Parts: sequence; C-alpha cells; structure tokens
Amino acid sequence: MKAYFGRRYRFSASHRLHSEALSEAENRATYGKCNNPHGHGHNYVVEVLAEGEVDAATGMVVNLATFDEVVRIRIIERFDHVNLNLDPIFTAEVPTTENLCREIFRLLTGTIEPANLAQVRVEETENNFFEYRGEQG
Amino acid sequence: MIFLTRRATFSASHYYWNEAWSAVENERVFGRCANRNGHGHNYTLEVTVAGEPDPVTGFVVDLKWLKDVMERDVMAAYDHRHLNLEVPEFASTIPTSENIAIAVWQRLEPAVTAAGGAQLSRVRIYETPEIFAEYRGEA
Repeated sequence: MKAYFGRRYRFSASHRLHSEALSEAENRATYGKCNNPHGHGHNYVVEVLAEGEVDAATGMVVNLATFDEVVRIRIIERFDHVNLNLDPIFTAEVPTTENLCREIFRLLTGTIEPANLAQVRVEETENNFFEYRGEQG
Repeated sequence: MIFLTRRATFSASHYYWNEAWSAVENERVFGRCANRNGHGHNYTLEVTVAGEPDPVTGFVVDLKWLKDVMERDVMAAYDHRHLNLEVPEFASTIPTSENIAIAVWQRLEPAVTAAGGAQLSRVRIYETPEIFAEYRGEA
C-alpha cells in the first residue's frame, strides 16, 4: 500500500536577492529590501515528503534514521549557517526560496531509498512557503 | 472541488516490534522505539475531505458532523490507549505513523462515503510536530 512520510528540518542561512541580468535600479525595484547589499537571513524550515510502499515487515515507507542522515549530509550541512549566494549552485541563479526549494529537490532526488521523493517544501518565514514536486508535479 | 480539513489531537503509547524477528534484529531496526515498555506521543490527526459546496448550506460537509465521526470512529478508540495492546488493528500490525494513517482512513472511509457529498481525500498523522505520515487511499 502506498503512503507518504514527511519530516521537517531547520537551518539558518543568509541570502541577497540580486540578478546580474538586471540593472541596480531594476534590482531595487524587483527585490526591494531583499536587495540590500549585505544580505539578510532566515530560519528556514524544509519539509521533505517521501512516497512509497509501506514495508510489510517494518510498517515503514522509509527508515527515519536513514532519511535524517541523508538530509543532514546533503542539505543541512551544506546550507546551515552559510551565505547561500556563495554556494556554487547560486552563482548562476538567484537564491530565491523558489530556486532553493527546487535545488533541494534535485539534491535529494534518488537518495531516500527505497522511497521516492514526492515533494519539498521550504518555509522562508512563518507566512510564506514554496513547494516543488519535480517537473511533472 | 474544495478540500476541507479537520484537525484533532490525541495521546497514545506504542512500541515497534516485529514478532517474526529476534530481539536483536528488532532493536537494530527500530532502536528506542522497540523498547517493550512502550513510549508515547501527542498525535495530531488531519482529516481532509473533498467535494463541492452544497448550494443551500455552502458546506462540503458539516464540520461538526466530521468532528463527531472522528471522535466516534478514531479518538474513542485511540486516545489515551496503548495502540499495540488496546486497538485491534495493531495487534498484528506495527503502529508506525504510516500504518496509523492507513488505519484511520479505513475507520473513517465508510462513514464519509455513506454520508454522500464528499470523499475522503487524505489522512495525515503527526507523531511529533516534525514527523508525519499520510495516506491518500492509494493501493
């Protein structure tokens, strides 16, 4: 039987929203205070949703310890207490939370065996969040 | 189509143990969850139904009715109980969050379907605020 298992994680990071494709004035107009030159930070919440068959022997879609370890190594250690703009991923794209959400999905795709990655949600603040379900979602 | 969700909380104890395995294997796979004296959680249950609003009442379902069904069919059986020892479906099925989500679906689906109008869409169970499982009725 197919079910879903989800887990919420936290990390804190800074970023600055600034596009090299835009002028200074356009950046200011587009991103407002998020374009301030020295950046700012958030306490991000990442909610990772896996889907798969419930294993008959364990009653689980995926082992929680395995799940935690994968996310810790691939996501938390990479993004916690860093400046996102300096991560190689974000030299080519602006570290908006939309892009961060999609990149986290890509970094976790295929890693939460035997489950499949169903969705990544990134909460930037308590009032805004972003979800990505892969290209087909 | 409108999706309507009702949330409820209950507290229960459980442990994880596969009778087909040795004690060593159970402890290796389930860790502290295999402690035979059990442990407990404050669970949060979210039940989502889907349907069109009734043209007269504007309701997909009456929330009070849904609350009462959840109380009668789930909370009365689960709240302040030891899931392994006191809830029939977990006598032979390990009460993981995944299996609780499936069991809650099976408990609620007949009443929601019989009422007509809305379909059960999703059951999500939070074991802690950080850990949850859900079931959407898929085979």
